Amino acid sequence: MIPVLVVENLETQFASSAGLVRAVDGVSFSVDRGEILGLVGESGSGKSITGFSILGLIEPPGRVAGGRILFQGEDLVGLPTERLRRLRGKKIAMIFQDPMMTLNPVLSIETQMVEAVLAHDAVSREEARVRSRDALGLVGIPSPEERLKAYPHQFSGGMRQRVAIAIALLHKPDLIIADEPTTALDVTIQGQILFEVRRLASEFGMALIWISHDLGVVASLADRIAVMYAGRIVETGATDDVLDRPAHPYTRGLMEALPANAMRGERLHPIPGLSPSPLARPAGCAFRTRCFAASEVCKQEPKQQGSGHSFRCHHPLLPGVAA
Amino acid sequence: MTATLIEGRGLVRRFSRGLDAAEKLARVLGANISEETVHAVEGVDIAIRQGEVLGLVGESGCGKSTLGRLLAGLLPLTEGTLLWQGKDVASLSRSEALEMRLAVQVIFQDPMSSLNPRKRVVDLVGEAPRVHGLVRAGEVDDYVAELLEKVGLDPSYRKRYPHQFSGGQRQRIGIARALAVKPRLIVCDESVSALDVSIQAQVINLFMDLREELGLTYLFISHDLSVVKHISDRVAIMYLGRVVETAPADTFFAAPNHPYTAALLRELPSVKERRRDFTPIRGEIPSPLHPPSGCAFHPRCPRIFTPCAQARPALEPIADGHLSACHLNQAAAVSLTAGGSA
Repeated sequence: MIPVLVVENLETQFASSAGLVRAVDGVSFSVDRGEILGLVGESGSGKSITGFSILGLIEPPGRVAGGRILFQGEDLVGLPTERLRRLRGKKIAMIFQDPMMTLNPVLSIETQMVEAVLAHDAVSREEARVRSRDALGLVGIPSPEERLKAYPHQFSGGMRQRVAIAIALLHKPDLIIADEPTTALDVTIQGQILFEVRRLASEFGMALIWISHDLGVVASLADRIAVMYAGRIVETGATDDVLDRPAHPYTRGLMEALPANAMRGERLHPIPGLSPSPLARPAGCAFRTRCFAASEVCKQEPKQQGSGHSFRCHHPLLPGVAA
Repeated sequence: MTATLIEGRGLVRRFSRGLDAAEKLARVLGANISEETVHAVEGVDIAIRQGEVLGLVGESGCGKSTLGRLLAGLLPLTEGTLLWQGKDVASLSRSEALEMRLAVQVIFQDPMSSLNPRKRVVDLVGEAPRVHGLVRAGEVDDYVAELLEKVGLDPSYRKRYPHQFSGGQRQRIGIARALAVKPRLIVCDESVSALDVSIQAQVINLFMDLREELGLTYLFISHDLSVVKHISDRVAIMYLGRVVETAPADTFFAAPNHPYTAALLRELPSVKERRRDFTPIRGEIPSPLHPPSGCAFHPRCPRIFTPCAQARPALEPIADGHLSACHLNQAAAVSLTAGGSA
């Protein structure tokens, strides 16, 4: 089975007066049909920019400077806008952290959803309306027929996010990129959305990239996890492998810093120091200045090792893996 | 048991918006328009003991931040009584009231909006203690340097502006500013929520160190249950302006009593549970403009029965230090006493 999406050596850069910011610096990963990939990292690690790059949403002064983004075999980098537009919303959809980014505040939900259907499919308005209504029902919005008439401000935050998800589902896309979609929501509402997303992903066999800083959410949702640090994926593998047997000191550091993984009232174990500025990243392994295992060799760029569970580290923590 | 530092009895805070001219006119002409009132805090009893960390949890709009501000004196009460070390705050003398103001400090969620961007750190941190006569003008610089060191910042940074710091460092500046007036109670309002995991751990450690070193008392307000679990001695949970359960932290997380607490704990994603099934609580959080009758949680509660929509359950003890506001407890007590006849 060929993966739905293969990203190879993606580089996304932003020109700034202070210098070139390598926001995404050689990222490679793939997602299969029906698979949920959790893309995790702290703020500034490049996880959102990776998602935006796939959809061709990088605008000047930013640009995708290198690499390939193969979606069902077709390279999205440098694709004409017209062709990209045929894919976006139809085959690839995105869900943003703030649903108001997706929704137009002055149009009714019906207008927006019908428009989204008609943008890609030559169907009657009535048929588009029925499809919109069914999509709202699918994401658990009560009385979808009436709610179609409503405007975004008449919905709560959680309901708006459901509408955004319903719009993403309108064309049953092959790939959905979700950028922190539940971060702004309350725990009980987040639980409802995660429940719906899991159900829909398995029902339709969509591939899903779930971008989040919250390891708890990703752990409960994802089949595989990719951990980003300073513009690179430092570790990737099955959820259990990455979280229970992390190979990269950064992944282990993240897990150990979680209050949930400490005894109540004990001191937590933060990673020392701060994430480096994207303008002044250490050469070689960018994590070496904060890493307990760092040595002279870390000044050289670590190669990716392992298949399935892979990592970029000169001193991996796994027993039995040659450094 | 140690002394109670601050206590609120029957605290109520409502926010209403007056009618504008057009609405007043419409009402005169017979339209059915009345003032809208948000019931932010609706009859809360709460006590914080000297030296403890009380975690205050709840979802957005439940009134936890408003309650924190009422206790810190940042908002006036609509109804109720606030006691500081056993004395009614309303009856405090001017100097006692000032003393209390300094003794209770707040650390906010977003340090960028609570630090004046046009002031240097030395002024941000040093102004309050100078104005209140805690340090002399000539000693402010040394005093601030000492405070920065205490919160883990390089004292040589004290001439810098807030934008020259990272998010975690800015939060430390906010902490230094709160400590500058030698407080006894610190209200942490989502103080670590905006920070990345590794930085969050650094700041939580700092809070715990300062508690030990200075004997501080905390009201730790957060929606993040894993953080609250880690740092708190006792936990109170709010729903729609009311405290529905309070218990020692161990009991709260191991044996929650209120159906809302139990549901919230179940929803919590955890790194330990993989590809789990969620069993969501039905429905939305109701609007605090029109809170439901009786128990505010009854429209969403899986265990609703007859009295829930009619009477508001009181927060009553069910075990030592464990209070819960749920009709099920009364029903259980009744069926126990009814015993054999049932």
